[in-house]
Amino acid sequence: MKEIIWIGRGGQGAFTAAKLFGAAYTENGDDAYSLSFPSFGPERRGAPVRAFTKLDNKRVSDRSQTEKADYVVILDETLYNDSIREHLKENGTLIINSSSEYENAISFDGSALAKNLRLPVVNTVMAGYLTKFCDLVSVDELKTAIEKYMPERIREKNKNAVQEAAQ
Amino acid sequence: MAKKYLSGNEAFAEGIRLAKPHVISAYPITPQTIVVERLSEMVEDGSLKSEFIHVESEHSALSCAIGASSVGARAFTATSSQGLLYMAECLTYASGGRYPIVMMNANRSTALPWNIYGDQRDSISQLDSGWIQAYAENAQESLDLALMSYYIAEKPDVLTPYMANLDGFVLTHTYETVDVPTHEQADEFLPPYETTNKLDLDNPQNAGFSAGPEYNYIFKQKEHEGMLNAFAAIDEAEEKFAKIFGRKYTGPIEEYKTEDADYIIITLGSIAGLCKKTADELREKGIKAGVLRIRYLRPFPSEKIAKAVENAKAVAVLEKDISFGNEGTVYSNVNSALLKYGAFVKSYNFVGGLGGKNISEEDIENIYLSLSDDKDIDFVNFI
Repeated sequence: MKEIIWIGRGGQGAFTAAKLFGAAYTENGDDAYSLSFPSFGPERRGAPVRAFTKLDNKRVSDRSQTEKADYVVILDETLYNDSIREHLKENGTLIINSSSEYENAISFDGSALAKNLRLPVVNTVMAGYLTKFCDLVSVDELKTAIEKYMPERIREKNKNAVQEAAQ
Repeated sequence: MAKKYLSGNEAFAEGIRLAKPHVISAYPITPQTIVVERLSEMVEDGSLKSEFIHVESEHSALSCAIGASSVGARAFTATSSQGLLYMAECLTYASGGRYPIVMMNANRSTALPWNIYGDQRDSISQLDSGWIQAYAENAQESLDLALMSYYIAEKPDVLTPYMANLDGFVLTHTYETVDVPTHEQADEFLPPYETTNKLDLDNPQNAGFSAGPEYNYIFKQKEHEGMLNAFAAIDEAEEKFAKIFGRKYTGPIEEYKTEDADYIIITLGSIAGLCKKTADELREKGIKAGVLRIRYLRPFPSEKIAKAVENAKAVAVLEKDISFGNEGTVYSNVNSALLKYGAFVKSYNFVGGLGGKNISEEDIENIYLSLSDDKDIDFVNFI
């Protein structure tokens, strides 16, 4: 099973990224199963939130929050601290939305790209970028998930974002 | 059928859309809110032709559903936690009046301390209210229960309201792939609701009646019999369901590798998935572990449970409930079943997941290991 933790602030769409990624994976076929869920509890705009995606080739039975992930994606740089690395599996990948370099992490300036594309949030940009490292989900599958599960008026913009981020 | 990526709440709402209730009355409460939101969107966009009644409280939500059902309409409501407790007065009106209303309950802890996370103390506290109680394991089963619930509740020899329980958050808010049947398939499965138990100008009769000591017990005995008749209705519904949708459920209990199991966890709801996974892993280490998932807590499948575990060395009842000063109520029910049917198996109670506390794979493994260990363990254990 591959597990992803998405870290952002309420309103930044971390859960939407988790859900789209999970839905995209199930486009792989009948033996592609996933669970995706937000950190449970009251929702507050601006508060730190986590979201989780679990991908497997059999039904995922563990519904608890991921403690150790294959990928940790941080949508908001201000939420980074060293303790987040404890949530990485050995050989896990940490991706940070940032214009600065971090040791043992991959930085990607998702905010700059989102700004260019006139997107208010970076969730689909970061999801698109993740496809470069996580070969379980392709750009096309992610676009299909956007087509199916995002409101029509923002679909094209976000499909474009995924494409650009994965370049 | 179409594959969709849905949460438990959304899957349940899809099932209700297919069941086409005439009236939906509900008051939002976390973590049930989404099911009500989705249904109101469906009514708004015309894909569900129901009368959606916004009410000011849960007490009114169920009163409204009772009113609708009393004129022969199919009615739906949904709630959770304090909302369920607030409508408690109306629960026995619905069951005593033999109104086959369906309610989704998002299982959530009860105050105080105030807590919006999942446990099963809300619905289990209402076991004696005369409602059928089903517990779903995943989003697919949530949708399927929504559709089957009306079939079972509305059978003329059952006429009993139906509460479908989904674990708050871990099931209501978790997305997974769900097969959504077509309207044609759903119509083939679920006949329209027809009843003589209604206010009818052509055939006037009383509703909301009183009955003194001379007759009251007869009504209560009939309620009991109606509830027991649900066993046959569940089997019939699941057989027809399998023919049309290709998914076969297993009646009021689901057995997972119990046949040759030495140690069995008896549980209910979404935690059963992790119990099954843990049982598989322990079997690889040579421990014969099994899982019995109770799908229906009312009517209670006593004999089936006793037969399923009679050859085990020990069983653990894992539940998200405690009856203070005694033990978990599911444990009490299970012990009564074991005694009645002569299954003299050691049994222990593990109370977990209260107020949303995570039950980990390690917790479950430890339950199995404590059963297999000869050490003395307490009857009631908090994890």
